[in-house]
This record gives sequence, C-alpha cells and structure tokens, in this order.
Amino acid sequence: MSSFTTRADAALADPILKIAVERTAGTAQAKRAIAIDAFPDFEAARTRAAAIKDHVIAHLGPYLEQFEASAIAAGAQVYWAQTADEACRIVIAICKAAGAKTVARSKSMLGEEIGLPHALEEAGIGRVETDLAEHIIQLADERPSHIIWPAMHKTSEQVSALFKAKHRTPHQEETIAAMAQSARRELRGAMLGADVGISGANFLIADSGAVCTVTNEGNAELSLVPPRVHIVTAGIEKIVPSMPHAIHMLRMLARSATGAALTQYTTFYTGPRRPGDRDGPEEMHIVLVDNGRTKMREEGLAEMLRCIRCGACMNHCVVFRQIGGHAYGGTYPGPMGAVLTPTLDGLAATRDLAHACTLNGMCQQVCPVKIPLPTLLRGWREKSWREGLEPTSMRAGLGLWAWVATRPALYRLGTAIAIRAIRLLGRKGWIARLPLAGGWTQYRDLPKPAAQSFMAQYHQEQRK
Amino acid sequence: MTKNVALFVTCLVDIMRPRIGFAAIRALESAGCDVVVPQGQTCCGQPALNSGDRDHAVALAKQTTAALEPYEAIIVPSGSCAGTIRCHYPELFEHDAAWLPRAQAVVAKTFEVMAYLDEVCGWQPDGVTLPATATYHDSCSGLRELGIKAQPRRLLDAIDGLSLTPLAGAETCCGFGGTFCVKYPAISNAIVGEKAAAIDATGADLLLAGDLGCLMNMAGKLHRDGSKVRAFHAIELIAGMGDGPAIGEEA
Repeated sequence: MSSFTTRADAALADPILKIAVERTAGTAQAKRAIAIDAFPDFEAARTRAAAIKDHVIAHLGPYLEQFEASAIAAGAQVYWAQTADEACRIVIAICKAAGAKTVARSKSMLGEEIGLPHALEEAGIGRVETDLAEHIIQLADERPSHIIWPAMHKTSEQVSALFKAKHRTPHQEETIAAMAQSARRELRGAMLGADVGISGANFLIADSGAVCTVTNEGNAELSLVPPRVHIVTAGIEKIVPSMPHAIHMLRMLARSATGAALTQYTTFYTGPRRPGDRDGPEEMHIVLVDNGRTKMREEGLAEMLRCIRCGACMNHCVVFRQIGGHAYGGTYPGPMGAVLTPTLDGLAATRDLAHACTLNGMCQQVCPVKIPLPTLLRGWREKSWREGLEPTSMRAGLGLWAWVATRPALYRLGTAIAIRAIRLLGRKGWIARLPLAGGWTQYRDLPKPAAQSFMAQYHQEQRK
Repeated sequence: MTKNVALFVTCLVDIMRPRIGFAAIRALESAGCDVVVPQGQTCCGQPALNSGDRDHAVALAKQTTAALEPYEAIIVPSGSCAGTIRCHYPELFEHDAAWLPRAQAVVAKTFEVMAYLDEVCGWQPDGVTLPATATYHDSCSGLRELGIKAQPRRLLDAIDGLSLTPLAGAETCCGFGGTFCVKYPAISNAIVGEKAAAIDATGADLLLAGDLGCLMNMAGKLHRDGSKVRAFHAIELIAGMGDGPAIGEEA
C-alpha cells in the first residue's frame, strides 16, 4: 500500500480533484452556515445531541437489548457480529438462504467499513449500488471518497463520460437532468428485480425496533421495500432511545451534512410486511456490528461513538479540502476518519493521519455532536509516541530541544548560537534555504531572526 | 492601581521577533501595568504536546508553571501559547494532585495580551497614528481556544488613520500548524497558498494577526510569491510600533 504522503502528493497534483472537492464542500459549507444561522440556538441543540449520544454510549448494552426485543416483536431477526468478517458471513448466509442472485444496496458506510461489497462479489452475488454516487463509484470501480458524497472527487464532466462508456442507453444532452435519467434507466429495473435489499441505518430506535434511513434520492425505499428480504447492517453506536431522540438527531444530521432542513426521504422500517400490508419485504434481518466500537469506548475514544456521519468535519477541514478523501487511505476520510482509521486498520500503518492535521479546531466547532476531534487526534499522536512509531529523527530532535529547553541558562546560550548561525544564511531580511528546515523553505521564505533574542536584549536594557 | 504582571515571551518571539515582546511591554505599561520578565521561562511545551511527547510536555509545563506562578497575572503575546497553558496544562496534570492546583492557579491568571488589554484593563491606544489599510487573520488557537476575535479589532480601531478591511476566510487555518508545516510541507503550502491569495485580494497594505507562527507562515509565503503586503503582529501596531520594520524587513 502506498504511503499517505505519496497519496497526498498525487492528490495535490490533480487539478480536477481540487475543483471537484471545492465545488461540493464549498457549497455544503455555505449552505450549512445559512441553515445554522436560521436555527434557533444551534449551540443548545448540539449540547443536547451530544448528551443523547453520551447517554446511550454509556448504556449501550441495555439499549441494544431493548432494541433487539422490540425488533423481534415487530417480526425482524437480529444478529450480533463482533467483527467485520463475522458481519459479512452473516449477510452472505442470509442471502444464500434466500437464494439471492442479485442484491440492491442502499449506500452504507458501515457496509464499506466491513468490506461487504467485496464479500458479496466473492460469494458470487450480483450487487447493484442504488445510490447515484455509489452507482458512479461502482461503474468506475473505485472507493468512496466522502461519507455523504462518495463520488465527490469526480466532476459532472467526468461522470458524463463514464455514463456514456458504461450505460446501455446513455444520455444525449449534456445536462444533469439527462444524466440522472440515464442512471434511472440503468438502475430502476435492477432495483425492482433484486432478490434482497441491503441497507445501513442512520438510527436504530430502541423502544420500537425501527431502523431509520435517510436519502435524497428515494433509492433506499425502492431497494428495500420491493425485494423479498431486507438486510440491515448497523454499527451498534447508531442506537437512540426513542423517536423524539431520533428526530432531534435528524435535525442535526441534515443541516450539518448539506444545509437542508431535512433529507428528501426519511423512512422508519419497523419489521417486515405484516398481514394486510400492501407491500414490504417478507423477511427483515438486522445485523448489529461492533467491529472495534466496544474497544473504542474502553480505550478513551467513547466521544467518537457520538459521530452521526454528517461529514461536516471534512467539509470544513483545510487538509481534506486540499487532498480529498482517497489520500486518507481508509473507509472514513477527514478528521473523523483520521480518528477512526487507526482503530480499524491499526496505528502503525496509519500514524500519519493524526499528524496530517493543523489542530485548528474547525472540525470540533462544526461537529453537531461536539466531538473533540483535535483532542482525540492528539491522543493518537501520544499513543504513537509511546509505542515508538514516530520517526527516530523526530524523537531525537524533539528530545534534544526539550532537554535544552528545560535548562533555561543553557537554553539562552543555545538560542544565541542558533540565532547567529541562522542569520548567516539571510539575505535582505529573508532566508530562502535553511538546512534541516527544508520543509519550510521549499515553499516559503523564513524571516531572518533579530540579532539578539528578546531575553538578551531585555537584560541588556535592564542593566543600563 | 498598578498591576504587577509577568510577560511570558514565548520561544518564537524570543528567537525570531523580539520587538513583539517589547511592544507587549510598551502597551501593558501604557495601560498602567508593571511588567516583569521571569527568568525561568523558555517554551510552554506546545511542540512536545502536539507531537505526542507527553513526558517532555509535562516537564516544560512544570517549569513554566513554577516560573510564572508568583505573579498577579501572566501575559502572553500568542493565542496558541496562552491556549496551551489555559486549555492543556490542566489536562497534562489531570492525574497529578500536587501540580494540578498549581497549574490551575496559573491558568486562572494567564491572558493573551490583546484580550488582557481590552477586557481586563479596558485600555485603548491613545494618540497612535498609522495611515494604512490592514487586514486581520484570526489565528485558530486564539480564536477557538480563547475566543479572541473582537478584542484585537477594538484595539486596532482606536489607531488613527488605520482602516481594517475584512479578509475572506479570516477564520480558516493558514496551514501553519506547528510542526505540521514541515512534516507535510506540500499540503501546508497548498493551504497557505490560498491564504496568501486571499490576503493579496484584500488590497490591504498590512497583514495582522496575533500569533507569530501563523504570521511567519503567511508572510514567508507572501514574500516568496512576490507580494508587497507587509506583516506585523497586531500588538506592534497597538503599541505604536507599526512604523518600524515589518516581518522580514531589516531594521
């Protein structure tokens, strides 16, 4: 696997990526700001949203058991999966038992996290991605680059070319509407003909056993209601106690993600079709997935389990805006991804993510559930340091600096020498190339320091 | 009543641009403070803290706490260093019953210099003139850890002849991020490149901010790009030292 820096450099060198990311994230940022301004006391709403999540995270066991009982009472079957592999095995077994040849999948990041698309492929089960952006990703054989807009890294121009190459009867006119029609022609029949519909869950409602999904395209409803079987894969942190809590979280989610007051489609699925129902699946299966979440709660990352996957942190992140989502290398990009990925993929392979952050705090400021993302990222930096994963040059350099800095008299001498040395490289007030700080002078000039440190000048003046 | 305040110079101001420290002293004295510079100070420990090196961060936090605790108030010409003390020292000593109360006492009396002049002293520059247009970048730590936004603007508004022109994306990070800028120089460059373009687009003569790290990053990029915008720490203007050399200009 390529290194983070290699991937980031490739992303920085791609001018189309920059345009694509800026179009979507820029619009989202502007629309969110308007929505939050119009919201009566968004700050209080954030506090309440964080409190709801903290409460359920502290009492996960009882709420999940309540959900299980409610869902079973509504006619669904509930499964518990400790790991990604276990979750995939359960889903595949249900598909096989149903004799499924094709499944229609409604976009789910949890599905990506557990590797479900790949598992379905290995099992020889046809997969139709019904979310428009996931459809684009499937056609291009890529991975999502954003948790809300999986195809954010593509411009409409690129999508048009892709549809023309892959669709059976592609669009003629170069308009978004014509392209959407082309996708509709391609997807509608496949959705209606699928044997199984698979979705994630935006919320699990403990007291009713309902599963909530939100979409803007209605693709979840079309892929989950007509097939005989509906399978839900959901992270265990998606639980909320009851409908009013879900409604509060929905208000936070839509505004934070896109700036809309509500998504076009918000649906609660409570059990399979009941006698007398005109539609709905015959079976509903819900797979509750841990995949490291319990461990996160125990190992100081409980606050991360508040995350409702809105994407605001990445939309507002200066680093994400420059490099896009693929450079992060995991399922989840941006600040929330930088916190989650080390738990999922191991810190040794992902230690860059916590460092590739300026700790500017914007992500925390816009987070609808007040996750202290910079603090959690600093936590990964500490763990990486403790476990000896940081580069030797960094450890040695910082160690030497700290050793001197904890000896003020020596430090004064050291700074005097350093200032004299650095000043030798200056021309007209600026230094264009500085050894050991090439990262700085590769792109910017460094102002030449004054002839004497503040402390030296101050004491000379005091002695006068 | 005169206040006896200690100046925590910060390592970057000490080494790179001492006149920010002298500007802070001048403004504080003009606001009626007696300023001392404690000997035992070096760095607040932020580089270690943000690198994950907790042991060295704790060692420097102890040294800084011990050096600063005898004084009535501690004034810092940097939002990020003041933020390190105020927001992170209590975290560093979370499980240290001996040091936590000492750190908390220091936290309660540590202020960023412009916030202190404006909010605690209720002071404004008097008789300071500088005919120029300036734009202001809100450095992230000061803005988000300490709520510094209106204070520097109120102080700058009292300077005769100075007009402030808004900077698009003033609250967006400049890409400095401490060691981030040398660990990931290409990403940092892309971020500061956009910041420099936004600064140039204001048409302002001067770029102002409250943190030298961010200022060096932005000024260094502006200079590399051939911009004519001159950069100062806002306290230099507020103290009446805006007629001197800007960052990167020889005295």
